[in-house]
Amino acid sequence: MTTTNIAHPEYNYKVVKQFALTTVLWGIVGMTVGVLIAAQLIWPALNFDTPWLTFSRLRPLHTNAVIFAFGTSALFATSYYVVQRTCKVRIISDKVAAFTFWGWQAVIISAVITLPLGITTSKEYAELEWPIDILITCVWLAYAYVFLGTLAIRKTSHIYVANWFYAGFIITVAVLHLVNSAAIPVHLFKSYSMYSGAVDAMVQWWYGHNAVGFLLTAGFLGMMYYFVPKQAERPVYSYRLSVVHFWALISLYIWAGPHHLHYTALPDWTQSLGMVMSVILFIPSWGGMINGIMTLSGAWHKLKTDPVLRFLIVSLSFYGMSTFEGPMMAIKSVNALSHYTDWTIGHVHSGALGWVAMISIGALYHLIPRLYGLTQMIDLKLVNVHFWLHTVGVVLYIVAMWISGVMQGLMWRAVNSDGTLTYSFVQSLEASYPFYFVRFLGGLFVVAGMLVMAYNVIKTVRSSSKQPVAEAQAV
Amino acid sequence: MTMDYGTYRGIYTLILLVLFLLIVYWAYGKKRKNKFDDIASSILEDDVEDKKNSKES
Repeated sequence: MTTTNIAHPEYNYKVVKQFALTTVLWGIVGMTVGVLIAAQLIWPALNFDTPWLTFSRLRPLHTNAVIFAFGTSALFATSYYVVQRTCKVRIISDKVAAFTFWGWQAVIISAVITLPLGITTSKEYAELEWPIDILITCVWLAYAYVFLGTLAIRKTSHIYVANWFYAGFIITVAVLHLVNSAAIPVHLFKSYSMYSGAVDAMVQWWYGHNAVGFLLTAGFLGMMYYFVPKQAERPVYSYRLSVVHFWALISLYIWAGPHHLHYTALPDWTQSLGMVMSVILFIPSWGGMINGIMTLSGAWHKLKTDPVLRFLIVSLSFYGMSTFEGPMMAIKSVNALSHYTDWTIGHVHSGALGWVAMISIGALYHLIPRLYGLTQMIDLKLVNVHFWLHTVGVVLYIVAMWISGVMQGLMWRAVNSDGTLTYSFVQSLEASYPFYFVRFLGGLFVVAGMLVMAYNVIKTVRSSSKQPVAEAQAV
Repeated sequence: MTMDYGTYRGIYTLILLVLFLLIVYWAYGKKRKNKFDDIASSILEDDVEDKKNSKES
């Protein structure tokens, strides 16, 4: 193991460390809740007849925990790290950054308490009630101040492309949150949306899909543009392509929301517009993926020896796969088969577990040792074990949901010669059981991988404090 | 003369398209190639500095 000291006393690594370590913790929590609700779909008795353990309450807890606790903490950690390293300056305010950390933890804890109690706005991915929404707004404005303020005081002449993606994500999420969460409070724990009917649905999915587009895509692309070149030790394949990638992606994503509302009360032209824009999105998505993967061009052999790089590059393959699948599912005739089936769940998880989780895990494996003055994780073999556990888990999950989803779609649309339905809903549910079990297994693999990661992270952090040089820096 | 909504959206879309093409032209202009290459490799430089620092310490 090399013990080169690379701690930078001039940067604020404390807040990066805090967010990086909580990312691992919240990843384990969020994914474990996911495995529990996957198990409930096979063995319903697992809700123990307790209201706060029912699927309906734990499902939003799972989605909030993985997206806003795990994913967003990873974004906080990496964005604070990247902006300091690429602008060669300490973040503009340590105190405001500390507020974003503790404020964000308070948001997460509030979600963990209120969602199982059934306190919800019922808006998907925006379930948290209005007092928490106000806290989110405060934290987010502080985040924008720290990030954009640091860009403003940078000591470099340019703003590296990763920061463009992070800035785009921070600004857009602020707008999305403010518009979609506009509500009239009735009392402390209940509010009603400012919008109604089809408008409410459109605002909700404008928010919902751009949460995917900006939080789960643009933010993590920022991560990709820094950590892939760093881990590969090569500059990004084409910086020019990254510029075009940024502007194309942010100008197109905002239009894709209506594909969540095909064949509903939403006006037909809006559905068609959403479909066309979603299909066009394929081009910038793949442009970005190719830019990331081709960064390795001429250095493919590194994949053989470097499990961290493997996490990063395989995440891009999953990104390519789900950004091909997404536009295809947005086509109305395909959507007629896929909508409301498990295919959607499979698609989401190939994006969330394949792309978002793997790029975050890869970035953390690069980041954590460096934060503690080391050059790599203490046990690279365990990183490799994690890689395979995670990959096998994701593949099991996606394949199970693809088969189950297409089967459900076909069973629901099958009609007899007299026009009556061939199958009842319960028959399609029974047919799905084996695939629910495979999905549960896949989830177990993923959580096992996260536990291996936690062990490795603890070992790495502990070993760094035993080294005198790093100890002096860590204060 | 008032412009109807459809015409307005059409013109707006054209403006956005032209803007995007200008960005592509700008990004791929020969003048900026070297500058962009420098920016792309700039993030790798701090490792070199790191190694220097560690030798000194």
